[in-house]
Amino acid sequence: MTAMTETRVATQVYRVYIKATPQAIWDAITRPEWTGRYGYGGRAEFELRAHGKYRHLASAEMRAGGSPEVAVDGEVIEADPPRKLVLSWRMLMDPEMAAEGFTRLTWEIEPTQGGVTKLTVTHELEGAPKLALIVGGSLEKQGAGGGWAWILSDLKTLLETGKRLD
Amino acid sequence: MTDDDLVFKALADPTRRFLLDRLYKRDGRTLTELESVLEMTRFGVMKHLRVLEEAGLVVTRRSGREKLHFLNPVPIRLIHDRWIDKFTERRISALADLKHELEDTA
Repeated sequence: MTAMTETRVATQVYRVYIKATPQAIWDAITRPEWTGRYGYGGRAEFELRAHGKYRHLASAEMRAGGSPEVAVDGEVIEADPPRKLVLSWRMLMDPEMAAEGFTRLTWEIEPTQGGVTKLTVTHELEGAPKLALIVGGSLEKQGAGGGWAWILSDLKTLLETGKRLD
Repeated sequence: MTDDDLVFKALADPTRRFLLDRLYKRDGRTLTELESVLEMTRFGVMKHLRVLEEAGLVVTRRSGREKLHFLNPVPIRLIHDRWIDKFTERRISALADLKHELEDTA
């Protein structure tokens, strides 16, 4: 029972509704000219097929904070545009987080009524407690950004208004 | 009702805030786990969870035969980013101005 409970704790789920097409959201997640425009920024590079490479390059701001050139790396597990993207995902910005190894990240994009699309991010963080704090937004006051909730809020603002959060 | 209205309505109840606190402490709980600490019928807890789900504050996932409840902080973040930031920033800068004024005259 205890072991089961601990496994559950490690998964984080985030959902946001965005007035945009599934394709627009898919592009914002997978195209480097979009990924630089919200959240932590930086260009993402994907080989959008099973076993394809994934890496997220550090933005100038991340590099100034000591990040290596590749901030996140991993592999594409499943790419079903514009509906579902599953990745292995390892944070490299900090040696301790890099040592926690690969986590599993799933993006799910579902159209609903009225041109509104449901976007769900599921991050399975077994064995990655330090990364869980960062992506959970717990280290925001220490300058680590607001994690997935902040990224998705910023993405919604960008796609709906063409602007970023102030 | 707008999305923000649904969130404020969902938060305007102590039992629902308690449920969110429980999920914040440990995410991915079943209805049975959530109801065990409340002096309320299973049906009552289900009703509260449904309001939280409709407001987007709780997202459910199936895991085998179980339905797990996850806290989704994004709707609160949206309100924070669009509303609360705006007002607290002004207040903080007003306090900073006051501090500068007092220090200048000292």
